[in-house]
Amino acid sequence: MAGRVERDRAALNRLPRWAVPALAALPAGGLALFFAYPVGTLLTRVLRPGSVTDVLRAPGLAGVLWFTVWQAVVSTVLTLVVGFAPAYVLARYRFTGRRAVLAAVTVPFMLPTVVVGAAFVALLPANWHGTARAVVAAHVFFNIAVVVRLLGSMWAVVPEGITAAARTLGASPWHLLRHVVLPLLRPGLWASATVVFLFTFTSFGTVRLLGGPAHATLEVEIARRATQLGDVDGAAVLSVLQLLVLGAVVWWSSRFQRRTAVQLPGARSLRRARSREQRRLVGTVAAVATIVMATPLVVMVSRSFRLGGRWSMAAWRTLGHTEVRPGVSLGVDPLASLFVSLRFAALAALLSVVIGALAALAIGSARRHGRLLDVGLMLPLGTSAVTIGLGILIAFDTAPIDWRAKWWLIPVGHALVATPFVVRALVPVLRAIPAEQRNAAAVLGASPWRAWWAVDVRRISAPLVGAVGLAAAISLGEFGATTFLTRSGRETLPIAIARLLTRAGETPRAQGFALATMLLVATALIIVIAERRVFGEGSVLDARGA
Amino acid sequence: MGRPAILLTSFAVIGVLLAACGDNAPAATVTDGPVTITLVAYDSFPTKDTALNTALATFTAQTDITVNIVTAGDAGTMVTKAELTAGNPEGDVMWGVDNTLLSAATDGKIFADAPTVVDFGDVCVNYDIAWFQQHQLTPPVTLDDLIEPEYKDLLVVQNPASSSPGLAFLLATIAASGEGGWQTYWKSLKANGVEVTESWDSAYYERFSGSAGSTGNKPLVVSYGSSPPAEVVFADPPRTDAPTGVAAGTCFRQIEYAGVLRGTKHPEAARRLVQFLTTPTFQQELPLTLFVYPANTAVALPDVFQQFAVVPTDPYTLEPADIAAHREQWQDEWNGIVLR
Repeated sequence: MAGRVERDRAALNRLPRWAVPALAALPAGGLALFFAYPVGTLLTRVLRPGSVTDVLRAPGLAGVLWFTVWQAVVSTVLTLVVGFAPAYVLARYRFTGRRAVLAAVTVPFMLPTVVVGAAFVALLPANWHGTARAVVAAHVFFNIAVVVRLLGSMWAVVPEGITAAARTLGASPWHLLRHVVLPLLRPGLWASATVVFLFTFTSFGTVRLLGGPAHATLEVEIARRATQLGDVDGAAVLSVLQLLVLGAVVWWSSRFQRRTAVQLPGARSLRRARSREQRRLVGTVAAVATIVMATPLVVMVSRSFRLGGRWSMAAWRTLGHTEVRPGVSLGVDPLASLFVSLRFAALAALLSVVIGALAALAIGSARRHGRLLDVGLMLPLGTSAVTIGLGILIAFDTAPIDWRAKWWLIPVGHALVATPFVVRALVPVLRAIPAEQRNAAAVLGASPWRAWWAVDVRRISAPLVGAVGLAAAISLGEFGATTFLTRSGRETLPIAIARLLTRAGETPRAQGFALATMLLVATALIIVIAERRVFGEGSVLDARGA
Repeated sequence: MGRPAILLTSFAVIGVLLAACGDNAPAATVTDGPVTITLVAYDSFPTKDTALNTALATFTAQTDITVNIVTAGDAGTMVTKAELTAGNPEGDVMWGVDNTLLSAATDGKIFADAPTVVDFGDVCVNYDIAWFQQHQLTPPVTLDDLIEPEYKDLLVVQNPASSSPGLAFLLATIAASGEGGWQTYWKSLKANGVEVTESWDSAYYERFSGSAGSTGNKPLVVSYGSSPPAEVVFADPPRTDAPTGVAAGTCFRQIEYAGVLRGTKHPEAARRLVQFLTTPTFQQELPLTLFVYPANTAVALPDVFQQFAVVPTDPYTLEPADIAAHREQWQDEWNGIVLR
């Protein structure tokens, strides 16, 4: 009975049958061309009949698999636990310096590991070097941003009325959390757990830098085979294995996200802390989060001012040209790389926001096959950069699509990485729209398109503006895919930083940290500005009169 | 503004941005007049504004052949890419395949002709001069010194499976102790407290105490024979002496090659470029840009190299074919001895 009512209601205001395929065409086409085709080409080119058995019999593989899964699970659980309080405070309370705290928490996630990692290493106690716990600690540190963002975006729309009602009805704080808040947040929890798992499962830089040689993830092993041993077929087999595991995890989790989806009105309620307890909570969480997250960043910045054991501006003074000192040049032009990066970030943000919004709307309106697109768009995140990079190299190598040296492959690659974040930020918002809103629009005489426009599209317009910033910041810090696509004269900021940091001699290294500081500032600015557009005074959300 | 309008605007903006970024990639067509060829190199090869690039401009002025540089990752990645694209290469000439990767490159797949030696360098143990003075200890000279008790817990090396200097150092020990003896040597080294990192930069900057600005506390590290002059060249404020020295009896010789890639559309121009890469005009600029030694012996070394770099008289070396045949097995064995 109830089932039929649901169906009837849903049927009341349905978009035409072709709407979803039309929305999905661009995202699916882009994914097919720039992900599925290159990876498929690589696999068909390199796989031999014996590849699979050779690789799976290799000594040490079981250990690599075990460590990969173990550290990903532990890191994910810990990140959720540690990120819970900051996610709550930042999503619910308005307080002085809120955006600065948000930036401090988010920036480490956006910066390349090679930069923050070096500062992180300096802060770790010596007996943590090369240990699994150092890897897990760094993973928690880097990924807290995901929880704050994804769980927070869910938390922001939990109406205060519900929790207030539960309190009035006598619920203890624990009871409230367990039976009211957590069930409402479940889609956000699944979403952030999935993304953190994806990132830690495929961790490369952090494991190389902090885990020491005794700890390797599948991703590290894939890169080692492809780039050090020239064993591309072995690397490809492992890539597929990794993709299968992650595809299954994402598929499974998106099912849970759907099943646990809750419908919430769009009200967002940032408020000031009122009681003394609330003020203490907000103050403590904000202070601890800022100190913990900012310390490695401060170390990083200070290193750009240290030369020859004293304070110096020399590294900064030489940033404008390639000469490190008169007559000596490494051919890395630091400032030029900043402009290259900014241009790429603008392009990547546009691409990923257009594609991500179309995809999210398609997924939101789709009855059945939405999950396919949802999971498909996540796959590039779970695929080794080596595999995609080598795939692109050999897939687009014959006229008329000889694209191997095309600079625009870099922003396209960045968009592949950023799009799933845009989708992740929008889909829960769309799923949370109560069916009544669309029905009400229909009852008031709106056509299905009109109702869809007024309800769905309007609802994502505010998070969409935030997503532009998110995508731009991801592009600014992207390292893995870029290393395979980058071309001479168009080095991005992270590539230039990596080249400077891996030189013997103090000046290039200090320059690398100076450049990293600029990356840090640019990323933080983007986050703060995007945040202002979404949550600030006179922002989209306020204008909407939510 | 309706949805289609927004979409159209977005595409228009993307279009404008794309146009604004421009497209400098040269067309890969054969022409009669001036030719542009592509030099594929590892990513520490400078693409502009250095003395090497000036030298290449001289070449262009002399020959009307413009050289476009494409960087392809570290040397290992570059060779992997070249193998995948063999016959339809990314460029016309490749710079920087070394002898630890060479046999993969010389089985006739990648190169059109036998590649030419362009430069060499050594991977050696570096020591922190100040630390050894302070502790009134003589720095080690040979590989055998490193397993002596007075050097216990002092050395940092890199994982040969993930780092090219790490691999070179392993090869040095294999060349020294033989295929049956190096395992015992590494067991002693492990007993003597050797530390292993994943990459050269974490060993050199995070663990080694001698590099300027380092946070490390280990006075011995596997690095390059040219690291001391690099420390001098890049010191700020300038310094006249090197903070680090080289243990001359621990070195492995890395030799780099350049060659014409098979499948090039401009074989003649490509051959002329390879020839040019061995001339003094180009070779004399190598030490201070790539910190390697020129293969052309007619070229004089800069002062800072003569003073602070160590060119060992008899460095360890192995046949490229031997390295290719055993590399994976040696790495696995090393893994079993040192990391488990």
